[in-house]
Amino acid sequence: MKITREELEHVAHLARLNLNEEELTRMTGQLDNILAYVAKLDELDTTGIAPTTHAFSLVNAFREDQVSPSLSQTEALVNGPKQNGEYFVVPRII
Amino acid sequence: MEFETVIGLEIHAQLKTKTKIFCGCATTFGEAPNTQTCPVCLGMPGVLPVLNSQVVEFSIKMGLATDSRINRVNQFARKNYFYPDLPKGYQTSQFDLPIVEQGQIEIEVDGKTKTIGITRMHMEEDAGKLIHDEREPLSYVDLNRTGTPLLEIVSEPDLRSPEEAYAYLRKIHAILRYLDICDGNMQEGSFRCDANISLRPMGQEELGTRTELKNMNSFRNVQNALEYEVRRQRDILLDGGTITQATLLWDPDRNRTESMRSKEEAHDYRYFPCPDLVPIEIDDEWIERVRTTLPELPDQRKARFTSDYELPEYDAGLLTASRELADYFETTVQAGAQAKKTSNWIMSELLRELKGEEISSCPVKPEQLGALLIMVDQGTINGKIAKTVFQEMMQSGKDPEVVVKEKNLVQVSDEGEILVMVREIIADNPGQVEEFKGGKTKLMGFFVGQLMQKSKGKANPKMANDLFSKELEA
Amino acid sequence: MNPYELTVGQAADLLAAKKLSSRELVQSCLDRIEQVEPQVKAFLNIQPDQALVQADAADVRLAEGGAGSLCGVPVSIKDLICTQGTATTCGSRMLENFVPPYDATVISSLKAEGAVLIGKVAMDEFAMGSTTENCAFQTPDNPWKSGYVCGGSSGGSAASVAALECPASLGSDTGGSIRQPASLCGVVGLKPTYGRVSRYGLVAFASSLDQIGPLTRDVHDCALMMNVISGYDRLDSTSVQRDVPDYTAALREGLAGMTIGLPREYFGSGLDPEVEQATMRGVDVLKAAGAKVVDVSLPHTDYCLAVYYLIAPAEASSNLARYDGVSYGLRDLEADSLLDMYKKTRSKGFADEVKRRILIGTYALSSGYYDAYYKKASQVRTLILEDFKQVFTQCDLLISPVVPTPAWKIGEKTDDPLALYLSDVLTTPANLAGIPGISVPGGLTASGLPVGIQLQGPHFAEDRLLYAAYNLEKGLALNTVWPKL
Repeated sequence: MKITREELEHVAHLARLNLNEEELTRMTGQLDNILAYVAKLDELDTTGIAPTTHAFSLVNAFREDQVSPSLSQTEALVNGPKQNGEYFVVPRII
Repeated sequence: MEFETVIGLEIHAQLKTKTKIFCGCATTFGEAPNTQTCPVCLGMPGVLPVLNSQVVEFSIKMGLATDSRINRVNQFARKNYFYPDLPKGYQTSQFDLPIVEQGQIEIEVDGKTKTIGITRMHMEEDAGKLIHDEREPLSYVDLNRTGTPLLEIVSEPDLRSPEEAYAYLRKIHAILRYLDICDGNMQEGSFRCDANISLRPMGQEELGTRTELKNMNSFRNVQNALEYEVRRQRDILLDGGTITQATLLWDPDRNRTESMRSKEEAHDYRYFPCPDLVPIEIDDEWIERVRTTLPELPDQRKARFTSDYELPEYDAGLLTASRELADYFETTVQAGAQAKKTSNWIMSELLRELKGEEISSCPVKPEQLGALLIMVDQGTINGKIAKTVFQEMMQSGKDPEVVVKEKNLVQVSDEGEILVMVREIIADNPGQVEEFKGGKTKLMGFFVGQLMQKSKGKANPKMANDLFSKELEA
Repeated sequence: MNPYELTVGQAADLLAAKKLSSRELVQSCLDRIEQVEPQVKAFLNIQPDQALVQADAADVRLAEGGAGSLCGVPVSIKDLICTQGTATTCGSRMLENFVPPYDATVISSLKAEGAVLIGKVAMDEFAMGSTTENCAFQTPDNPWKSGYVCGGSSGGSAASVAALECPASLGSDTGGSIRQPASLCGVVGLKPTYGRVSRYGLVAFASSLDQIGPLTRDVHDCALMMNVISGYDRLDSTSVQRDVPDYTAALREGLAGMTIGLPREYFGSGLDPEVEQATMRGVDVLKAAGAKVVDVSLPHTDYCLAVYYLIAPAEASSNLARYDGVSYGLRDLEADSLLDMYKKTRSKGFADEVKRRILIGTYALSSGYYDAYYKKASQVRTLILEDFKQVFTQCDLLISPVVPTPAWKIGEKTDDPLALYLSDVLTTPANLAGIPGISVPGGLTASGLPVGIQLQGPHFAEDRLLYAAYNLEKGLALNTVWPKL
């Protein structure tokens, strides 16, 4: 067992996803298969090997500290599912 | 049982760049909501960050000013969590490869100097602002502030009292202001502080359970909150209880800490190196170039004030605690005023009249103060009149010469004029004269006082004193 | 010949010679789209009026003379690439109504050349999939054989080109999403070196693997497209400052002096015999052109898929966290608390495959598992990079199959995600190493399904890749008869 139902529930919460009973059962099985497959990486000894984040080595990509135009208030808000012309509106936190 | 307090401070300083850390939006404070955003800082689909090199420069500066190690290679990481003021669902920050590590600064508490370690400093982006509706269960999101560059400064848990914490906070603030890389305004949020505090029995090495304090919006509040929390924790421990690890909010109205209402969920931030940002490599040449741009720092300036201006440590310390105040002092002295007199004047009259406002808002320019103090030196006005003139200058911003002229306050130093009044007062107060001649020399104060009154404060008090002495001897 | 049958190169010649107008060309494609779309289902969004406006503008430029090869030529765009003012859905309900306020850099480049953006094409949701069956709106039908998949995630791109709806398309490739559908649909598809083409405006799936690339009917067209979309972009920190050669200049005949490697690990047991035969025919062609072919080894090939299916979902789980219903995209308006809003929105907006990958990715990064999964995969990635570095000291390019099998039936592999993942085994290595790879049509199987041949090269060797691909294409002389429809 690479991943239990409870672990998947926890991960789903971290990812802000709802999973119903059927999905929980099915996905626990599917993820378990996938994790069992990727476990083949354990066959390799990687002691002392540096991880790769970028396939091509680049450093120091900078920009100058110069102002460029922002979106207008309307443009910024227009795609908002719920907005009041000034702010994005969301349900209260608690 | 004696307890030792252990405090660590986490400071977030908003860096004073013109633009945000990863996009070209301006960082101006106080604009209308959602008017200072672009697809990048809004975290729209498909956008990518590009690092503002000025943020790196400022961070290196702060590292050098605190005797820290600048990491030759550093990298951004993603700190993943969900919150409405965080449009990408992650904050771009630095995790295992921060730009600065292992620094230190000196603080002074009760005349004693102490070294406080700085664990690390790293660059990150600020989140937006949330406003909660008073009545409806709604919150409003303003994303102007998202992407503003922050430098997070983490101290070692070397602070042993709220006073030390306060001094450390002030010192970091002063350095940031001296470097002019941060506005340092706690009310506006450009300088924020969270604290970690725990108690342990004196002599114990192991740290006690700590609480995290947030929402301390002024220097005073930091000290008050820490003092409260020390007392709170000590009471619990003395009772035999244990401290629950928690995040507490300081309530400045009720003067106490409160547990955060939402269920305290230990966050799993799932840090990993940000693939959209390439590593930053800083070579010796870059560091040396930044080093040449460092201004005189608080400690150096204080030392110079004590040696060059021959000021006492106390004066030098107070004047150099803020760059603006130190600048004000020096400009006044450069205008021709005496150093110690200027220092005294600033520490008493000026700071009192300012009533806690920033020196930059002072209506009296240092050159004007200089002129005022020169007038006292030259005897044009006496000290007491100078105070009156100064108060008028604080109101109107006028030059001292103008005020003196308008109010006809030039000091009377004409012997003849004063002598006339001296004789009048002697004639009017025979009883006191008798007593004075009988040995009550303290009454000189009375006589001079009478003369000051008669002359509407304008008489030269020393001259008055001398003339009285002469006349009463006879 | 109908204008819609012209390649980009042929159209460019006629347009330059004023024997054809852009309007005629675009109208011809629009008519073709109308005719075949009911079957092909490649397009999510077509705006004929806007396309003709662009065509007319192109005609003005063409009249002035000196226009580039793409001026007036219609191109379809994978709906993962942001187009200002036009919905960009990423094949997902989450962004069904999202209209970006900006263009991706590649779109700006196409517009600057005067290309006509003819429409947005279908894709697997957020580029996660190998058949475009994960598109929330429609699944394109393989023009070569109805009822068969087009591949994915750039299925719509490949289908639109193979169905002669437009001569070129822009797709994206994270684990094979350009090369695999190109192979299954019999078109040319190139994944550039990581950092060759700007990612600004490409909705991110796996940031360290994604690249935009062209799908075309021949190698020359591919070179023309690469000329326009390649180059440094200051808006993309991972974009490389390196000159863009004229890729068409690389297209000359004869491969004398070139050494081509045959990586043994790419010829495993799961390979369909017809697929293997196609590759070996390719080997013969290259030899005949003068290349030397040697056996080489990429020892960590078998681990590539496992590395990919940890790194890609991990990065994706973070990249897709922005879809939270707050400032754009779908929001479940019924939700009564913030937490409820997040969960309902994301559960409604994402379909199964996306959820699965977000879950794997979140798990691989989570406390206690980071070292065993994400970090481990990143370390093996270093070994994979080393493999390629080594192999390119022994040869100039690699030749291999693209996909272990030709296209399969729609619905055939939707039950077992892992089985579907296995079709990416030959394409994921290039993404992990950041090297360029191209799929060139290698002929049809006995049942009439296309099979592609893959060439891979070192970083920034696209010119070498196109050079060999050109010779491969010439040598195979397929004389493709495009599906009638």
